[in-house]
Amino acid sequence: MKKFLILLRARNAEFYRDRASLTWNLLLPLMLVVGFVFAFSDPRQDLFKVGVYAPAGGADRTALAQLKHIQIVPFDNLDKAISRVQHHQIDLLVAEGDAVRYWVNETSGKGYFVERLLRQEEKRALVKEVVQGREVRYLDWVMPGIISMNMMFGALFGVGYVIVRYRKNGVLKRLQATPVTPLQFICAQVLSRLSILLIIAVIIYAGCALFLDFLMLGSRLTLLLVAALGGLCMIALGLLVASRTESEELASGLLNFATWPMMFLSEVWFSLDGAHPVLKWLAELFPLTHLVTAARAIMVDGATLSEVMHHVTVLGGMTLLFLTLGALLFRWGKD
Amino acid sequence: MTPILEVRELVKVYPKVKAVNGISFAIEAGCCFGLLGPNGAGKTTTIEMIEGIKTPTSGEILYRGQPRTRHFKQEAGIQFQSTALMDFITVEEILRLFASFYPRALPVDAVVEMCDLGEFKNQYATRLSGGQKQRLLLGLALIHDPEIVFLDEPTTGLDPQSRRRFWDLINDIKARGKTVVLTTHYMEEAERLCDRLVIIDHGRIIEQGAPQELLRRHFGHVRVCLDRLTLTPEVEALPEPVSVTAEGVEILSQSVEATLARLIAAGVPLDSLRVRNPTLEDLFIKLTGHQLRE
Repeated sequence: MKKFLILLRARNAEFYRDRASLTWNLLLPLMLVVGFVFAFSDPRQDLFKVGVYAPAGGADRTALAQLKHIQIVPFDNLDKAISRVQHHQIDLLVAEGDAVRYWVNETSGKGYFVERLLRQEEKRALVKEVVQGREVRYLDWVMPGIISMNMMFGALFGVGYVIVRYRKNGVLKRLQATPVTPLQFICAQVLSRLSILLIIAVIIYAGCALFLDFLMLGSRLTLLLVAALGGLCMIALGLLVASRTESEELASGLLNFATWPMMFLSEVWFSLDGAHPVLKWLAELFPLTHLVTAARAIMVDGATLSEVMHHVTVLGGMTLLFLTLGALLFRWGKD
Repeated sequence: MTPILEVRELVKVYPKVKAVNGISFAIEAGCCFGLLGPNGAGKTTTIEMIEGIKTPTSGEILYRGQPRTRHFKQEAGIQFQSTALMDFITVEEILRLFASFYPRALPVDAVVEMCDLGEFKNQYATRLSGGQKQRLLLGLALIHDPEIVFLDEPTTGLDPQSRRRFWDLINDIKARGKTVVLTTHYMEEAERLCDRLVIIDHGRIIEQGAPQELLRRHFGHVRVCLDRLTLTPEVEALPEPVSVTAEGVEILSQSVEATLARLIAAGVPLDSLRVRNPTLEDLFIKLTGHQLRE
């Protein structure tokens, strides 16, 4: 019993004396709680989702906005909004005007009821547009997110954690004593991890495609290019985290700090349509958001490379920034 | 002739400690140079500054009379006191990996034979015993046929047999005309291997020279040792200084023959007789008042 207690005490001391990682271990859960409270404290209980095409604003003036338990989602891009109706991602789309146009997918059960509500509440003339499209199941919607999330973990922990461990156990020090430059070392790590990430992503994709019938409307090559860029961006972020860190616990804390918000706010599991504008803005800062959004657009909407160019550009810019900072800050070890 | 390595007023200051406090020495090409001192003396910090791993706070380090350039790493081989190697890479693979870092490298098979690694060359480097790992690390330090080899406490933790085997390897390196810079806290190792050495304590050099020269300079005597049971009035009456230690009776003798003659004349039993020359540890205690290994 005495040995057990002494061992317990020693392990606890190891933990709380590592000030940097102790701070992260306390801060991160607090930040998660605050984040979740902020994100999910909306007391509304919405039963239907109605899109409103209102490029000039005023989405809340639509008749259905006056009813309870209906979430109004404003759109400023009509094609995008129509696509959502086609894939059952919103139940009905309304465009304000002298005569109110609305789009509904007649295979959607919720669409059927919302249309009845609209006809009951709207006093102006209504023009109906019927759209058709395969329902985007949750499986179709979540698949790009899961593959992307897997790449994120593989990149951040596969590079970040390994470099920190190498630094701690002296492997980096041994390399420092050779003519190998930091740039050569970093490039080797990045390319190695990228090739592994892509191979694994392809295997997961192929495996899932074999057993699950999920939507893949776009080009596989485009998807691979976007995945490669997204993976590279995540690896660069992992490199930045690991550039000087010597403590494995601190590295773990920092990597969790990077991954958890992305996991919940990058639309991996659920859409941020209708979420608080601050959350949406924050999500735009995450590389995973752009990877998931681009991959989903390619797979579910059949988007081409030019149609996801905004996300490609952001990912490219982030990659450059993280790589540059990571390379500048990199140290073989403590001086 | 220009020394192959020269260190001038080297200082390394950390927030709470001055690890190296103005160390200067010069190393001639082809010799084995030792840095001897207890743990925490500043040996590893000194050698790591010379290797380029740590940045000196102040001071100069000259290689062949010039400040070191990036070329220095191609001519220096380094074995650290403790270092890990990559997981799941075999001994042969890691030798090939390190050989690829240099424009010119010895054949891997030659290094395997030189450092006696043949028995386990297909084993993962992380699964080697202490002695095997040290031989591999030495192999990595020699793979590019360096001109100067730095060995930081290379035999710490090895059993006596492995240690002696390692000493043979170091002697082989010396015999090939390489310069060896060795840090150690084992005085026997320093006496056996080093042509010249510096004794370091608390970041400063307290003495330097060839081992035998240092001992001759500081000690004019040998110790004639006997069991405690031989402590008789006749022994106590000897003209030489006599002291009683935990090991027995010690007589500080300027002439072994004269002392033995007196002991024989006094009828002292000599079954337990041992003649011990002063060692570097004796020198260290004399200079600092404490032992090399506390």
